[in-house]
Amino acid sequence: MPPRISLAAVPVGARVVIAMSGGVDSSVAAALLARAGYEVVGITLQLYDHGAATGREGACCAGRDIRDARRVADHLGIPHYVLDFEERFRTAVIEDFAATYARGRTPVPCVRCNERIKFRDLLRTARDLGAAALVTGHYVRRVEGREGPELHRAADPAKDQSYFLFRTTREQLAFCHFPLGDLRKSETRRIAAELGLPVARKAESQDICFVPDGRHERLVTRLRPEAGKAGEIRHLDGRLLGRHRGIAGYTVGQRRGLGVAVGERLYVIAIDGGRHRILVGPRAATLSAAAVLEEVNWLGREEGSAACRIEVQHRYNTPAVPAFLERRADGRARIRFLLPESGVAPGQACVFYIGSRLLGGGWIAATEGAAASAPGEVVEPV
Amino acid sequence: MVAASEEVGNPSSVHGFGRRARARLEDARESIAEWLDVAPDRVTFVSGATEANNLALAQADGPVLASAIEHPSVLEAVPGTLRLPVEADGRVDPERCERLAAETGCGLVAVMLANNETGIVQPVREIARRLRRRGIRLHVDAAQVPGRLEFAFAELGADYLALSAHKFGGPPGIGALVAGPGIELRPLLRGGGQERRSRAGTENLPAACGFAAALRAIGREEIRRIAELRDRLEAAVAGYPDVVIIGRNRPRLANTSCILLAGIAADLLVMRLDLEGVAVGAGAACSSGKMAESHVLAAMGLPREIASCAIRVSLGWTTGEAEIAAFLAAFRKIRGELRDRPGLANPAPATT
Repeated sequence: MPPRISLAAVPVGARVVIAMSGGVDSSVAAALLARAGYEVVGITLQLYDHGAATGREGACCAGRDIRDARRVADHLGIPHYVLDFEERFRTAVIEDFAATYARGRTPVPCVRCNERIKFRDLLRTARDLGAAALVTGHYVRRVEGREGPELHRAADPAKDQSYFLFRTTREQLAFCHFPLGDLRKSETRRIAAELGLPVARKAESQDICFVPDGRHERLVTRLRPEAGKAGEIRHLDGRLLGRHRGIAGYTVGQRRGLGVAVGERLYVIAIDGGRHRILVGPRAATLSAAAVLEEVNWLGREEGSAACRIEVQHRYNTPAVPAFLERRADGRARIRFLLPESGVAPGQACVFYIGSRLLGGGWIAATEGAAASAPGEVVEPV
Repeated sequence: MVAASEEVGNPSSVHGFGRRARARLEDARESIAEWLDVAPDRVTFVSGATEANNLALAQADGPVLASAIEHPSVLEAVPGTLRLPVEADGRVDPERCERLAAETGCGLVAVMLANNETGIVQPVREIARRLRRRGIRLHVDAAQVPGRLEFAFAELGADYLALSAHKFGGPPGIGALVAGPGIELRPLLRGGGQERRSRAGTENLPAACGFAAALRAIGREEIRRIAELRDRLEAAVAGYPDVVIIGRNRPRLANTSCILLAGIAADLLVMRLDLEGVAVGAGAACSSGKMAESHVLAAMGLPREIASCAIRVSLGWTTGEAEIAAFLAAFRKIRGELRDRPGLANPAPATT
């Protein structure tokens, strides 16, 4: 039997908005809400032109996901609307994605989408619709703490998406609920099958929805031609090793695909967006002792010291590691890793945790090298 | 239509069943032709106004000039179609139309009889008169019109006219392209001699009979009844200081009202009304269900942030006093709630 869910402080019968992507997760979340007796309104956002994204000129704007979301909503007997968010998605997410690459950084567009699209604009629409809550199919847990709702990692560590929600504010969190946070992905699929949802056997979605073929360079260089400008690949020691095809194709920490053969294993150490230059070096040079963060969001206790020992996750697919955090008044922060970390890439999110609880995070603006070979200790890519 | 559904014959067959089916099909055609006051052989059955528009534009020798407020099945039917601007009041200026048609050397002009979003009626008669003296043909999309405005094909002076049965209570999947005297159609669909070689494919006999019956059922009284209901609805909402009714002082279809609630995005209003059980539209409905921006209001020169607040209220033969009251109650409630919420009304989608 599917679990019986209940949203904290939202009375049964209240109107709630579920963000439906057309995938299994949000479809199951919608089904659980409907079964729990809420007045469920499904909303699917049209974020980009599916025909243009897949290079099929003249294809209709609707991708398969929107049709799937409608089918699920019809199956559940709930009202469902498709909202045109193309323009705001383009400015708030896609252009930011390209601009970040052009600065020599590696963006995390899903964070921007959650921050600016789902939990800002869609949340406002949900309020305007008279809803008591916005519900999503994210694998994160909302835990009612003594000082209000807290954001925690999902029960299923393999599916945890809290990293992508680090920009969520207290006010947003108060309005948002995540009924899948306690489920394992296998349970979600089982529930979808039990309820006969039309998407029960649908495959997982790609990493970046608006780059369905995975080739982001083409999109980035169309929007930011400078990111596709060829430039030098230089060794930290000053040697010119070759040319690259545009910085959009590189990420700090990357080893494969550099196209230079010098007999030693080389890694991308830094990307200089201004000079269109890729700096490479040995593995030891990829280690960072510290990182400067900007646009820091903080969901922990307001009072107390601005410096504390926490765990940080500086990439989506790496475990959290211990670090010291110093928050500054200007919205920036400095993270000092207890042990040097490799692959700390500007543009990525560095997210703070204590145990399962998410305390906030910031964007990595710069790293401080740990290896003696790192020039000038600070690599400032802009 | 029910009787026609029981016909087993194919109107093209030579046997008795086929003859009976053919007789019914020609009865339907004659009935429609009579309603339009044209000869029966002027009526070509097609699958609906989308096909009729495509078929009409395929007749053009040379470029097509289409008004900017046409349905996509006109605007996108042939590549390179030129856009004829409309004036701020939503109407094509006949003099400008004639001048542009002459300047561009186009072979066909398309101007709809009345717009689907605003209901505003176009000066088609005057346009037809001006084009005729220059030997330029005119196609008129009248899909929106039967049952909502009285008209006669012959009086319009147009060369082609598109109709869709489901718009006035007939079945979906049937419509007609009506051609002026002496005009033979070049087919889009080939591979069969049906419809005097103008449109290949077995005729949709039950739908054609439904088409004819629905057209015959249209009454002058009904048009007046709907117009009165619409005017009552508009009089009620016009009392709000933030409501604008587009084209209210223009000749319009009886059933259409384009209402703008300033500062409230139309997609939000459409959703709120739907959740109250009131179905209205906004902009052009994409096949995804996405509520897209209105190219009609944009063509009228309305700024995007204003155009994005316009909803389209359509009345039909099932609309009565109770439906008008329900709309007004829901509109009042929603407007009150959204106005009471400072800063929370969604701005136009242009902002981020």
